[in-house]
Formats: sequence, C-alpha cells, structure tokens
Amino acid sequence: MTGNRPVDEGRRGFLMSSVAVAATLLAPGVTLYAMGGDAAAAATAPASAKVRWGLLIDAAQCKDGCAACIDACSSAHGWQSAGHPETDAQWVRKITATDPKTGAGFSAPVMCQHCANAPCVDVCPTGASFKRADGIVLVDRHICIGCRYCMMACPYKARSFVHEPVADQKPDAPRGKGTVEGCTLCASRIDAGGVPHCVEACKTAGHGAILFGDLNDPSSDIVKRIATYRSTRIRADLGCDAAVYYTNI
Amino acid sequence: MAKIAYQKLTDHSSFFWGLLGFHLLVIAAGLGAALYMEHHGHVVTGMSNQIVWGAPHVFAVFLIVAASGALNVASFSSVFNKLAYKPYARLSGVLAIALLMGGLAILVLDLGRPDRLIVAMTIYNFRSIFAWNIYLYVGFIAVVGLYLYVMMDRRVSRSETPTRIVGGFAFFWRFALTTGTGSIFGFLIARDAYSSAIMAVLFIAASFLYGLAFTVLVLLTMSRETRHELISEDMLGKFRGLFILFALAVLYITAVFHLTKLYAPDYREVETFLLRDGGIYTLAFWVGQIGIGLLLPLAILVFRGSGRHAWHAVAIAAPLFLIGGVAQMYFTIIGGQAYPLRLFPGMQVSSSFHDGVIAQYWPSLPEVLLGVSGVSLAMLLTGVALKVLPFLPRPASV
Repeated sequence: MTGNRPVDEGRRGFLMSSVAVAATLLAPGVTLYAMGGDAAAAATAPASAKVRWGLLIDAAQCKDGCAACIDACSSAHGWQSAGHPETDAQWVRKITATDPKTGAGFSAPVMCQHCANAPCVDVCPTGASFKRADGIVLVDRHICIGCRYCMMACPYKARSFVHEPVADQKPDAPRGKGTVEGCTLCASRIDAGGVPHCVEACKTAGHGAILFGDLNDPSSDIVKRIATYRSTRIRADLGCDAAVYYTNI
Repeated sequence: MAKIAYQKLTDHSSFFWGLLGFHLLVIAAGLGAALYMEHHGHVVTGMSNQIVWGAPHVFAVFLIVAASGALNVASFSSVFNKLAYKPYARLSGVLAIALLMGGLAILVLDLGRPDRLIVAMTIYNFRSIFAWNIYLYVGFIAVVGLYLYVMMDRRVSRSETPTRIVGGFAFFWRFALTTGTGSIFGFLIARDAYSSAIMAVLFIAASFLYGLAFTVLVLLTMSRETRHELISEDMLGKFRGLFILFALAVLYITAVFHLTKLYAPDYREVETFLLRDGGIYTLAFWVGQIGIGLLLPLAILVFRGSGRHAWHAVAIAAPLFLIGGVAQMYFTIIGGQAYPLRLFPGMQVSSSFHDGVIAQYWPSLPEVLLGVSGVSLAMLLTGVALKVLPFLPRPASV
C-alpha cells in the first residue's frame, strides 16, 4: 500500500536540502579533524593565559646597517613611508645609543614591549588598547577613537597614529586613518604556530639576534637564555614588566 | 536682603550682533577645519607621532579648566553663603556649562575618528582617567543644569536648602572634574615633564583664575550691552582681591612644581630644557604665562587696582590672565611632549623615528581655527543663553 503512495516532491526536496545544509555545516569540521585537529584548534582557540610571549634581543648580534627585521615587518604589515617622516608610522625602529662619557654604545630594534602592566591599556578610554591573555598588547581598530592618549602614555614611543589614508592593506594587519597602531608581535602568525616576521628575518639574515618564545615555559630557549645571561628591559624602573628583554645593552 | 532682580538681553546693539556674527563665523571656520582634518587625516595639521596633542588640545584643556573655575562665583554665594556674589551665580553656572561645551567640542572634533563618539559614550575602560572624565564632564553639565534650575525656579528657589545642597554637590563635582583633567597629565609616568600629583592641584588653582577671568570679562561686556554697571565698585574690589589671591596661588604651585623637579637630578635635564633652552616653550612660560599672564596683571591690580582706576585695571587684567592661561597650556602640553622620551637615560640616542631629538611643532591653520572655534562656541552659547533666560543681574538702582 505504501509503495503505491504518490511521492511528496515538496517533502523530498526539503529532506534533500536539509542533508545538504547539514553536510555543508559539518564538512569543514570533519575535514579539519582529518587534517589534524590540534593545529586547527590552535588557530581558532582563544589566547591562553598559560603562555606569555616575549622576545630576547641580543644587541651584540644586531648588525649596523642591517634593517632586515624592520623591512620584514613593514612589508608583512603594510606600513611604509609616505614621504612624511614626522607622521609616518613605524611599528619597529632601530635605536642607536651611545654613552656620551665613554663613547661605548649599541644598536637594537625597539618595538611595542608588550608590557604586563601596559600604560597604554590602562589609559585607553574605550578599551581599544587591550592585552590578550597571552600578553600580546593590541589595538582593536573597531573601537579606537583616535584620541592618542595611549601614545602619550607609552614610555617606549611604540605607537603610531595613522595620519593619512592608507592603501594596500594586508589581510592580517588591518589599518585605518585616524586610529593608532603598533607592533602586534605578529599575533596571527603566533596563533598559527609560527614566529614573528622580525625574528624570522633576523635569522634568515644570519644574525639570529632576536629570540622568540614563551616566558612562562621554563624549558623554552628564551627562559634558559634569560636565566643564564644577564639581560635587562628598557625602562624597567617604570614597573611596566615588559615582555621584550635585551642583552648587551 | 532685598530680592535680587534679573534680566534677559532684549535691546541689542550692533556691537552685540557683530560679536555674535563674529563668533558664528569662527565656529563655521572651525567646523570647516574639522571636516578638512577628518577628510585628509591629521597629516594636514602640525601634529605628528612626536607631538600627538597640539593646538586643539591647548584650547580644549584651557576651556575645560576655565569651565570648572567659572562656577566659583556661584559656589561663593551658595556654598560659602557670601551673598554679595549671589547676583552673579546664574551667569556663573551658564558660563561654566558653555565653556565646558566649547572645550569638549574641540576634543571630539580633533579625534582621529570623531564619527565614533558613540563608542566613547558607550564602551568604558574604568582604569582610564579619560573614561572617568567623560562621566565627570557630562555629569558636570547635568549637575550645573540642575543647580541653575533650583536657583531659578520660583517655587524651588523660595527655600535656600535646595540651592545649598545642589550648590555644594556642584562644588564637589567641579573639584573632581579639575582633578581628573589635571590627572590626564599627572598619571603619565612616561613623560618627565608631567607625572606628578601636583598637576591636579595646579590645574585647580589655574581653574579658579581663568574661570573668574571669563566671568568678569562677560560681565564687563554685558555691562556695555545692557548699559548697566553690572559690577558695582564694591564687587570690583572683591574680584580684584580674588584675582590677586588666585594668581598668587598659581605662581606658588608652579614654583613648587618646578623646584621639586629641578631638585631631582633625574628631572634636571627636562627642566633645563623647558625653563632655559626650550625656545618657544621657554618663551611661552616666562613671557607668556609668568610675565604677561601673571606678574603684569598682578602688578596692575596691586598698584593701579583701586579707586578710579579699578574698572580699567580689572578690565585689562582679566584678558591678560586668559592669555597667560593659553600660554600655560601651550607650555605644558606641547613643551612637555617636545622633550623626547628617555628610553635609555643617560645615553645619546638616535633613530629614524626621531628618538632623542627635540620635536618640532608648528600649529597649522586648521587646528588653530578648530581650537579658537571652541572659545567662540562657548561665547556664542553664553550670548544666546543670556538672551533666552534671565541670567544677568539687574542693578537695584535701575
């Protein structure tokens, strides 16, 4: 009897559409699982407070005339000179310092120091300047109102205000006229299991002056190096607890 | 005491219309400047990644500081029960609101993203003194608005209690507001020129002086407009005394601030720059703030401020105090940023990002127009308010 029942075309269509929708929704998850669930989960999981990302910069290895770290950062994140040195953004720059009494000095890159007690985060009225659980300090470009109070507060001059329209933006580094920006420690790269561009470029250039790692992991190279050789942090006296360490400065 | 009579502006001179028209023009120019800056970005201003706050902030902070001080006269009458000041209490309140609105308008229009004002009004980071200030500023307008209501409403003002309660609250609020404004700088640990609790106290003393100067100037201008002597001889003497007291307070706190910094070897370098080698900033301090803005008007008030010269002395001193106020803000805000951040104290540093060098700044026309338009907005709002409601006293003899 049931075999003689006329086919309900509408019902069949609905069921087939439902299966198609379910397959579309589930497929990426299944595919990601098949490709290696851990990597996929790492890329989308929230930042973990168990880690604190940091850098160790060895000024003795930072060579005069080399700007590999700066060039890599600039091309990866799309900030470059617009011909206005006073207003051009610089996420990282090399500072040359000389003791006027002895003549001894050093040269090293300086970028956002990703402070645990970040003054820029404290002063931001809207919370656009914020710190991720893993210690990376970022600017939420959606709620930055461009008041520049963070720039007044940062002891490291690590932030830039975008003074003019920007073009040729990179997918991982949205920029916008009228907002403030700075080093992101290449957060999207770190989330995908990589290292910041500057670290990679310095290594490729053969200097290896910048070491990246988890400051909370006693077995990491960065922690071992910090524990072995005397290092310092810029303006440690201010108590900002920066995540960027320097040796030989 | 006889009941105080008040008046609105009714019969207008061409001077009044001229003044209103002038302020309207300046406001239009300021709005145009803001649009221009918003369209092209701050690259068209003199501001940079070194001098991140420029001329608009000089005018904005000056007006906000003056706003809280403009409430003085009202506070004297209702909080300290000095009845001689009561006729001016309404004007004092309305001027306080107008000056604050002028200052806030500049701040908002200078933002990199003024279109996101709604974000600033809805998302707060309560560790930020800036976020607290948004509450303090908006709250000030509301509290002073209520204060004006209890002073002016016939039924409510029959009893003195509401005026005293709301007046006391407004007095407390104005202290919080100026403390918050001074702390914008006081909390900056990174900047050697600021980073001091005394910034808040200095701003409070300055607010008394600039607020009173605005009040007296408006009263003098409106005396001409209403053809009444709105400031009696007795009151001229009182205002003169207050001016001297407030100016001395600003001088004293300024001296303590710089002497304390000079005493610490760590800060000597920045103080030497600001007070001796800073070029335009040193001039702004010694000539602008101290000379023209404090010592000269003080000398005029002390030596020529009594008898038949009193009116002229006060009329000259008030604008001089205001010029000094702008100079003080220029010196504090721009000069404090011009001195480079010390990433490596004791070392000579250089970089492509202007580390280690004194920052150069020259305000561009748009940002000056935006700043000045805030003053014009405050004056226009006051002028319109005086026409709409009876804020001005009517002398008993008339």
